[in-house]
Amino acid sequence: MKKYSVIFMLLLSMLIFASCSQTASTNQNVIKIGVNYELSGGVATYGQSSVEGIELAVEQINQAGGINGKKIQLVKYDNKSDASEATTLATRLITQDKVVAVLGPATSGAFMATIPVANQNKVPVISGSATADNVTVDDKGVKEYAFRICFTDSQQGRAVAKFALENLSSKKAVIIMDSSSDYAKGLAEAFTSTFEAGGGTIVAQEAYMAGDTDFNAVLTSIKGKDFDVIFIPGYYNEAGLIIKQARAQGIDVPILGADGFDSPKLAELAGAEALNNVYFTNHYSSVDSSSVVAEFVEAFKTKYKKEPDAFNALGYDLAKFVADALGRAEKIDGESLKKALETTKDFEGVTGTMSVDENHNVVKDIIVIELKDGQQYKTYRVTE
Amino acid sequence: MEQLLQQIVNGISLGSIYALIALGYTMVYGIIKLINFAHCDIYMIGAYVGYVCMAKLGLGFFPSLLASMLVCTLLGVAIEKIAYKPLRNATRIAALITAIGVSLFLEYTTMFFATANVRTYPPMTGFMAKTFKMGNVVISAQQILIAIITIILMVLLQLIVKKTRIGKAMRAVSLDKDAAELMGINADSTISFTFALGSALAGAAGILVGVYYNSINPLMGVLPGLKAFVAAVFGGIGIIPGAMLGGYLIGIIETFVAGFGYSMYRDAVVFAILILILILRPAGLLGKNTGEKV
Repeated sequence: MKKYSVIFMLLLSMLIFASCSQTASTNQNVIKIGVNYELSGGVATYGQSSVEGIELAVEQINQAGGINGKKIQLVKYDNKSDASEATTLATRLITQDKVVAVLGPATSGAFMATIPVANQNKVPVISGSATADNVTVDDKGVKEYAFRICFTDSQQGRAVAKFALENLSSKKAVIIMDSSSDYAKGLAEAFTSTFEAGGGTIVAQEAYMAGDTDFNAVLTSIKGKDFDVIFIPGYYNEAGLIIKQARAQGIDVPILGADGFDSPKLAELAGAEALNNVYFTNHYSSVDSSSVVAEFVEAFKTKYKKEPDAFNALGYDLAKFVADALGRAEKIDGESLKKALETTKDFEGVTGTMSVDENHNVVKDIIVIELKDGQQYKTYRVTE
Repeated sequence: MEQLLQQIVNGISLGSIYALIALGYTMVYGIIKLINFAHCDIYMIGAYVGYVCMAKLGLGFFPSLLASMLVCTLLGVAIEKIAYKPLRNATRIAALITAIGVSLFLEYTTMFFATANVRTYPPMTGFMAKTFKMGNVVISAQQILIAIITIILMVLLQLIVKKTRIGKAMRAVSLDKDAAELMGINADSTISFTFALGSALAGAAGILVGVYYNSINPLMGVLPGLKAFVAAVFGGIGIIPGAMLGGYLIGIIETFVAGFGYSMYRDAVVFAILILILILRPAGLLGKNTGEKV
């Protein structure tokens, strides 16, 4: 009797074990990754573009056999460009859909709102485009489960200053700053400290508000000063008009900007003939000649029938970057993935070769794009 | 010195726009004592009509200018008929709140159809793209055009108000509506005509701004509208030459404040002027201090 019961127990346990491993194996054939992006609402174009890039990358990874034989499955939600919605979705992705990582949101504010959820549940959240300085690190130290693959605003400001000093041999700069955004303030501060440390001087610093259209007065007053470069930390809406009015007044020195310039609207607002001798930093440029970029542009055009923009490229890199870490992770879970992400070194992406630093930021080259007659003409790389 | 001249050129271009908008405020106030807050949105609609004509229909500048003045005239008259006329005998505050309502209605309807995105006029060609240099002073053809069109429109307006029968009727209604009606003047059609004139000027200002700054959006009227209102008060609200003077002065003051490196205080200075005027000369620069009969 006792013998039978032992055999019975053994059979039962084998059965349970078998059924267990069966369910486990269906789960282990796919790796679920959450996508928490702005597919509608105010910054919908950022989210939609990023997701296009992500989907292209995942398609390529799965076609090439997935990660150690496992396919990636995306679980995609729309956070409606709303930070609290983004937090709710992050919780749902992590606790109900059991994803191993969450990609997005695109903007710094919404992304930061999801970080507490990530830290609590020990599942990494990674953004492709949250550039604010305090996203991954603040006074309390580095946020353990938050990563990004884009440069920060101050990295960008430093790169612009370095480019002005080294490539343009500028010594005297004028800053015309959007005083209503933290983005512009961060850029201006980083630019000023690097430019002055490199032997340059800031001749004048003027400010404007988002929505202004008349910059003639400010431009006339700086016209009388001696300077060899203008830096405009701000967005394309006003920058386009400043460039137009500056060129109309006969100010023909180089004009520098950051990724806020990246929009076809810049050329519409300023007019093609005004956009000469204009340079801005960006994550990526489709005129970049490196082979990674060329392959990406080719694949993207085949799938979507259009030229990829910077958010497409960042989305693409983001998915590949996470896949790279998943391939190196010991196990497929949040903690192992976090460790793998932290040790990423020289990952070669479309937006540059990147290594993760101790603050969960990436160290990478920054691309400076030169505009000629309103078109992207040439790119330069600035190494920090 | 050259810088001073250049700033005056900048200031006159900006001031012309304020003056054109301020005229509409002041005429409507003069005739029915209503601050027509929807006026600045008629200016915005004018800019959009110009955009459609030039960018979508490919019309030249002058046909587009006429089209946008015409559309704004019709819009102004329609607004008066639908929104303000039923309130002719209501309290002043009711009419004022209706004006704010109409203003928001125009802004957000435009936003619904045209989206909140900034739109740009097509690039200018020929004469419109030229700039003229006198020493270091640069004047663009567009600045000259703004100044000339503004002056022509103002002269026309003065002729209409001073020399025509309808102008006489306008002046009569603004002095005393009831007495004018007793004399056989049709007050309603005179008021409609006033709205038509003011709106046409706002429409012209809208398309000029579109051409000059090349950037329009559904909320573009809000701040210029407020400043034009300040300009109207500055010159003496209800007085047509006062609005012109006020517009030019506000434009030039703003330019000088920004030019001296205080661009962040530019708007603050304009509104500080409004407060000072209200304290020191409540009737405005050209206004006569007459006591109101009770």
